[in-house]
Amino acid sequence: MVIDGKKRYLKTFKKRVFTDKNMVTSLFFYLFSFIITACAVMVISSRNPVHSVLFLILAFFNSGALFVILGAEFLAMMLVIVYVGAVAVLFLFVVMMLNINYSKISDGFQKYFPIGLLIGFILFVEIILMVFSGDLLVNENKNLISDIPNTHQIGTLLYTDYIFAFQLSGLILLVAMVGAIVLTLRDRTGVKKQNIIDQNNRKVSDVISIVKMDNE
Amino acid sequence: MLVSLEHYLCLSAILFTLGVFGIFLNRKNVITILMSIELMLLAVNINLVAFSSYLNDIQGQIFTIFVLTVAAAEAAIGLAILVIYYRNSGSISVEEINKLSG
Repeated sequence: MVIDGKKRYLKTFKKRVFTDKNMVTSLFFYLFSFIITACAVMVISSRNPVHSVLFLILAFFNSGALFVILGAEFLAMMLVIVYVGAVAVLFLFVVMMLNINYSKISDGFQKYFPIGLLIGFILFVEIILMVFSGDLLVNENKNLISDIPNTHQIGTLLYTDYIFAFQLSGLILLVAMVGAIVLTLRDRTGVKKQNIIDQNNRKVSDVISIVKMDNE
Repeated sequence: MLVSLEHYLCLSAILFTLGVFGIFLNRKNVITILMSIELMLLAVNINLVAFSSYLNDIQGQIFTIFVLTVAAAEAAIGLAILVIYYRNSGSISVEEINKLSG
């Protein structure tokens, strides 16, 4: 299995190196990564949060394209559906719902610029040193990518070896949903609402009383 | 002009650093800080998928799904907290959130 996988890896590696597709692939990689980086800069520096969210959506789309280049089609579609379809739209709703004075927002921009630049630079240098300091391509696992489709493969592994983690992530989503609902729910006073339990518990004797009166 | 693993790792390093930088830069707006956190999680996802592709191992993609799940839950909870905070105080500036320190 491992030898077979290694052979296949060498084959795909040779295919990656010695074809004309390679040129096109790297061109698209540079295009997409340039757009992602530019979008990230715009997200953190844009004055209007609505523009930030829109640039974030563009960055997500381009990361999806990078995932397609890397051969992870299922995750590319997941990224578009979950991030663009759910998370970014949630951001957009919240940004538009809150009535914020945008001109005040970027006041402290200059104050924290130097310290942020310093810490970001140190972090970046550390990550780059880590990337170029060792042999990265060492794999001792056996879940090798084979010829069957990407989605099928993820499903096979996700529902067998990772079933516990999968259920746990479902639980996390449930807790997040309940938490978000509980946090944002509020009781308004003075609003006339229908209370079904009260309605069903009403008895005739509580409401109507029959009074006998003499004829006069 | 071969795209190697290091190219993807550099891209994700740049993206992660921009996310951290965004958290430092925006002291007035919690929404942008949440978006910076999303950028950092996206960098982690790119890292995982790149390793998965170049090591020829499907496990990285499985973990990307879990990261995606946690990112979605975090965004929902964070935005809910933001909405109720705005409802109570009328502002989302980070510098004004100092009630707990007395």
